[in-house]
Amino acid sequence: MRKWQCLICGFIYDEAEGWPDDGIAPGTRWEDVPDDWQCPECGASKSDFEMVQV
Amino acid sequence: MTDTIVIIGTGLAGYTLAREIRKRDGEVPLCLITQDDGASYSKPMISNALGKQKTPDKLVMASVDKMRVDLNAEILAHKSVTAIDQVRRSIELDDGSTVDYARLVLAVGSQVVRPPLQGDGLDHVYSINSLEDYRGFRRRIEGCHSVAIIGPGLIGCEFANDLISAGYEVHVIGPDAWPLSRLLPAQAGAAVREALEKIGVHWYLHRIAQAVQLADGKVNVVMDNERQLQVDVVLSAIGLHANTTLANAAGLHINRGIVVDRKLCSSDPHIYALGDCAEVEGMVLPFVMPLMQQTRALAATLTGTPTDVSYPAMPVLVKTTSYPVIVSPPPYEAQGAWEEEILDGGVKALFKSGQHVLGFALTGAATSERQALMKLLPKVMP
Repeated sequence: MRKWQCLICGFIYDEAEGWPDDGIAPGTRWEDVPDDWQCPECGASKSDFEMVQV
Repeated sequence: MTDTIVIIGTGLAGYTLAREIRKRDGEVPLCLITQDDGASYSKPMISNALGKQKTPDKLVMASVDKMRVDLNAEILAHKSVTAIDQVRRSIELDDGSTVDYARLVLAVGSQVVRPPLQGDGLDHVYSINSLEDYRGFRRRIEGCHSVAIIGPGLIGCEFANDLISAGYEVHVIGPDAWPLSRLLPAQAGAAVREALEKIGVHWYLHRIAQAVQLADGKVNVVMDNERQLQVDVVLSAIGLHANTTLANAAGLHINRGIVVDRKLCSSDPHIYALGDCAEVEGMVLPFVMPLMQQTRALAATLTGTPTDVSYPAMPVLVKTTSYPVIVSPPPYEAQGAWEEEILDGGVKALFKSGQHVLGFALTGAATSERQALMKLLPKVMP
């Protein structure tokens, strides 16, 4: 499981946790997150995220 | 006649808009103009960079050369726009050259409000509204010990938290009765004051900084009760206002910002504005979430699909990492009142009109209720 960080605000999407509030189940891989999903903290696009080593 | 879209400004507004345009149209000629070096960075990441052990250079996401390639755009760096010729649809730069536009977008951001300070130490008063400003500040605080922050608002509190995390002694001064007073009701504000006090912030609330005087390599900040505070550096964070200089000179309709309609179009049908400089339906919202809504709508409009901007409920996260704060302000001019509840480890405040929840403020442990409350809120601008 990997983590992806919003480059605009620093929010981290953790594949292990998903984002159930937007219907993204725990364990959802980044590739499977819908393209129109937005950063829950700042509204940035999925394309504004990059993978981070944590 | 050109069909170039010209964007003035390469901050988060200018570059995000350019990216959104490119998602829709790979070909339309794009030209961006900036006074700085054109490096792409996210301004919100500045105020907690110390805590994340990031140098100013580490905040740069892409150089201007990389942005030119990524955006397939012309980017003119280190250039100021001196005038807009609306009849010829052309802008004039400080080197005397001109750039013609089909549509012009003002993404010129904000300017810092400077406090009316007296004294001979004003060279030691910094304000931060760009990566360049931040570079200067970081160079200045290197090897220093203490910082006085004027302004207990969002930026002031975030920098206070960040400087403390890096071991600085931090003093915060302002006339407000509690920190974040424009966002939070009284008890939530008191909770933030106490939490930041616990990590070491010294507060001087109900106080106005009047003068900054040189004193043996340090500076004395003189307050309205004549108390003096000796520190190494002063950071002024009393607020931002929309940068309307250029739009004003061009005769565009200005109020608190550049007045635009729901399509982000100004009083000139070929000139648009977005971000911190724009006033949409009476609202100047210098936050990321509204900007993202604006960039998507404007990119659609500029590529042939006229689209009104709409705002969902837009929570603002205050990056006081030691004590998180989330505020979803009530809609502009909403009638109602705050109801506050002190919970274990935080404050939950709801802005209510009758039974309707129109906004909320959560501090500390209460921030876990954010998602549940978000579902109750109406859109800010449907």
